[in-house]
Amino acid sequence: MKAYLSDRMGAALLMAPLLLFLGAAYAWPFFGVVNWSFTLPEPGLGQYGTLLSDPLVQSVFVRTLRIAAIVTIVSVAAAYAITVVWVRGTPAQRVIAEFCILVPFWISVLTRAFGWVALLSNRGLFNTWLQAIGFISEPLTLVRNEFGVIVGMTHFLIPFAVFPLAASMRSLDDRVLLAARGLGSSRMRTFWSVFVPMTRSGIIGSALIVFVFSLGFFVTPAILGGGRSVMVAELIYLRIFQSPDWGLGAAISVVLVLFVGALMALLFRYVRPKQLI
Amino acid sequence: MPTYRPGPVSLILAALVALVLLLPLLAVIPVSLTPTRMLAMPSGELSLRHYRALIEDPRWINSILLSIRIGVVSSAFSTVLALCFSLGVWMFQPRFTAALVGFVLLPMVVPPVVSAITLYFLLTSISGVSSFFGYDTWLGVAMAHAVMTVPFATVLILVSLSQLDRRIDLAARGLGATVWERATRIIMPNIKFGIVTAALLSFVLSWEEIGVTLFITSVNAITLPRLMWMGLRDNIDPAIAALSVILIIVTVLVLAARSAVVRLRGGQ
Repeated sequence: MKAYLSDRMGAALLMAPLLLFLGAAYAWPFFGVVNWSFTLPEPGLGQYGTLLSDPLVQSVFVRTLRIAAIVTIVSVAAAYAITVVWVRGTPAQRVIAEFCILVPFWISVLTRAFGWVALLSNRGLFNTWLQAIGFISEPLTLVRNEFGVIVGMTHFLIPFAVFPLAASMRSLDDRVLLAARGLGSSRMRTFWSVFVPMTRSGIIGSALIVFVFSLGFFVTPAILGGGRSVMVAELIYLRIFQSPDWGLGAAISVVLVLFVGALMALLFRYVRPKQLI
Repeated sequence: MPTYRPGPVSLILAALVALVLLLPLLAVIPVSLTPTRMLAMPSGELSLRHYRALIEDPRWINSILLSIRIGVVSSAFSTVLALCFSLGVWMFQPRFTAALVGFVLLPMVVPPVVSAITLYFLLTSISGVSSFFGYDTWLGVAMAHAVMTVPFATVLILVSLSQLDRRIDLAARGLGATVWERATRIIMPNIKFGIVTAALLSFVLSWEEIGVTLFITSVNAITLPRLMWMGLRDNIDPAIAALSVILIIVTVLVLAARSAVVRLRGGQ
């Protein structure tokens, strides 16, 4: 009995500091933000009414969903291509693939967004080169629009899409694939009818992760969209700092959290957390 | 046993993706060598003036020092809290463990912009009480970064604890070791690699944090990413290209050193 009591004391003493810290520095202010959404500028559900009726807010929500959907499809497909080589390639191919996945992964989001500006802006590498070979006379507008946002976000999210895919490809039994080949199925057919269906949990996991990340993306759209292709996160920032309307910013945040929470619940229904690492 | 290798089509597609992944990182190199004041490709002559600007302009040095200070403080704080919490979970396996761990992981899964507005609320509330700890102060930023990095530190330490053999702890307990002795002399030496990794990851995450920092700083606590952001939004300053080249080189060197160490140890 005494040992049991001291166990509980020990656990409480060790776990309390972090729980108290996050309770005070994260949970409490979050409820403060929820409170803003119901009380600013006046008490009531007014801000949620604005969310449903304001065409500007709605166009931002629609754009965010559209961009997130496109980014998800492109990043998962691209990640799939490179993950196949990272997991199943020869040792030399694996080292190269790993390098190409991990180096961008560890480089900050700002540097990577800036890299795309250097590549795609009017005086960037791409336009300079196309003009030098006489392919175009006027520079193409490749950033400060939705195209730039999609390219930058896809680039940022490919490494995140790789990890769940890699986990599902690693656990796949080689003998099944060799059996399919041995029974006369072509490389293409083996890939589409055996390999891809067996990595379905990885595809679902990686698509949901990328989609959830895209919904709350801030830095890349702000830099590569140039204020012209505003997504939800940037809208929150603008409502807090530029046209102060804290209540609306808070209400959008609450809706975003609820939406992402529902998606996460869906994720954990289909994929066990262990398969994601 | 023969293995199933990717065919030529897979290799070509993967090479294309690899090219796209590396292209923007390579594109900053020529821009950093441009002799002009504006963002442009160098035509003809090259110049190191933007690298010199990084050393000569005190704003860059100050923000680098500030980022290091914030990174060290927030990483130490979040690693210690994460370590205590994880030890509590592993040694005592209390009830509701799953719910408590889920709560701790929240800042990692909630969209960063929502965490940012939450921490903005927190720090502006503190600012009403204290002037050196709140909105736009380095201590406030360090605390906000600790909130954002503590879930990652906790995950890393919990993962290394899960690979530890429980029987060594049971043996120590059976031989009469106290909770303190078990934690510091039995468990911690066995997970020191995980603890160091957690501290390093927390530092790196704080070093490059921008989404939250943007909401909680204005003119005083200008971290390096905050300064880069300011240079990216208005007229793009090619000094950012020079800085990016340096950061990319450091990242490549660290990753190369890490894989060399892993290969020497013969591990995974």
